[in-house]
Amino acid sequence: MYSQKVMDHFMNPRNVGKIELPDGVGEVGNPTCGDIMHIEIEVQDDLIKDIKFRTFGCAAAIATSSMVTEMVKGKSLEEAEMITNRTVAEALDGLPPLKMHCSNLAADALHEAIKNYRSGDASPTCFSKGCCKQEDHSSCEKAEE
Amino acid sequence: MGTSCRCKWLQAVRRIERPARPRQMESKKGGHQMRTVYMDHSATTPVDPVVLNAMIPYYTDIYGNSSSVHSQGQKAARALENAREQVASLLGASPGEIIFTAGGTEADNQALITYMNNNREKRRHIITSAIEHHAILHTCEHLAKQGFDLTVLPVNSEGTVEPQTLRTALRPDTALVSIMHANNEVGTIQDIKELAAISHEVGAVFHTDAVQSVGKIPVNVKDLGVDLLSASSHKLYGPKGIGCLYAKKGVRIGSYLYGGGHERNLRAGTVNVPGAVGFGKAAELAQQRLNQNDSTLWELGQRLRRGIIEAIPNTRLTGHPINRLPGSVSVCFEYVEGESILLMLDSYGIMASSGSACTSGSLEPSHVLLALGLSHEIAHGSVRLTMGKDNTIEDVDYVLEVLPPIIKNLRMMSPLGQ
Repeated sequence: MYSQKVMDHFMNPRNVGKIELPDGVGEVGNPTCGDIMHIEIEVQDDLIKDIKFRTFGCAAAIATSSMVTEMVKGKSLEEAEMITNRTVAEALDGLPPLKMHCSNLAADALHEAIKNYRSGDASPTCFSKGCCKQEDHSSCEKAEE
Repeated sequence: MGTSCRCKWLQAVRRIERPARPRQMESKKGGHQMRTVYMDHSATTPVDPVVLNAMIPYYTDIYGNSSSVHSQGQKAARALENAREQVASLLGASPGEIIFTAGGTEADNQALITYMNNNREKRRHIITSAIEHHAILHTCEHLAKQGFDLTVLPVNSEGTVEPQTLRTALRPDTALVSIMHANNEVGTIQDIKELAAISHEVGAVFHTDAVQSVGKIPVNVKDLGVDLLSASSHKLYGPKGIGCLYAKKGVRIGSYLYGGGHERNLRAGTVNVPGAVGFGKAAELAQQRLNQNDSTLWELGQRLRRGIIEAIPNTRLTGHPINRLPGSVSVCFEYVEGESILLMLDSYGIMASSGSACTSGSLEPSHVLLALGLSHEIAHGSVRLTMGKDNTIEDVDYVLEVLPPIIKNLRMMSPLGQ
């Protein structure tokens, strides 16, 4: 079902936790769909000096969160903004098709955190609305078929 | 997943919180055999070695087609009829009322579809409950698309269909009521006797999907007063691919498959004789176990339920507290997701299941948990542990040792509830 890399990041997640005074906070998903990803970043000279995540969700949700933090730690904000949900999934040697749509939101959470940093308002309650950033799941269900 | 994963996770756990590690993991680290605890008996059971031994000759020596005239065929036919008697005996039915099918799903399909079609001139209404297995719910939805009227009854928070709810839904043209005996996810047992009696008041036929109850608790078609009943062999230590439909004499069902005249023209296709022999033997052994009236499994279930609630806060047990399958534990953990829990449990050798969306293969959590009135977020954190005849008190205590730190660590990773 899952690649070894996914299982590794799930069983041994990197960068779990909170940053005391984050410069940017991002959160996507909602509990109704069963996935919430929360990412906090510390930025210095346009570099992501530190990054932490907390995630409610399945193994894919936790593994993608862990992977995205590993991919961007120490990188510039521009580099981090280039990362997409797809590149995160690829770095994990792929995800099961259904998970691509419902649990692969870690890059979105990262981008929210960067956006939040750029807006200069690092509020710890930054809730974006909607699972998969969509009003309904019809396109996900179609993809599933 | 390999050994290295487990050890790495263990390190991760220590980094996060440094909980008291389960002793079993240390033995694993030392390269010793890890304990394996199978607690998914509602999904399927292992074939009892006695059952397997009974089946083997019907693959190797007595391989004849039970429809053949020659001695090989006749030996197979006799074994088939013996199996039919064994299954009938477990259900309190006559052998002539048992039709072997390829499993519970086929029995459900045949009962509902052929009965509704055979009686469509007079009655066009079918009733079922919101917590049925998909073998029933999807069949009912199919019938509704064919033009039948469908009523899906709600259940209360314990997963019980209240008799009054059924009474108000019944109509003069209700043909069939199908309500499961025991629920596969939350373990609640329905008062089938009363529900069947109420249905009979308007002349409706009563079917019960007893796939989860047969072999686990006494199921007697006469005591329950049911007209149709589905059962499956692999839930009671028999082989997969065989089940049966009980159809009370005189109840107008028909064949669901076009083909030969097997099973008294009610189930076309060469009969799975080794499977039937296995099902029959499994039924005989189940009856012996039930006659012993052993309460061990019930007590193990209670110990596990109590232990989980005491050790883990923000947790709720689902299903009926008393009217439930022995050895069945269904629980929801707030702030964490079911699939994550299952994979963590599996890394400790514990096999369970969940009703979360991630494990249902869809984007929705279990329809059963939602029907009980649980919110989506609670239903996502569901875990089902179903024990069987071979589980022990040591198994229960091992789960109680391993599960609380797993939940604690997943919660520390979760942005909810903090």
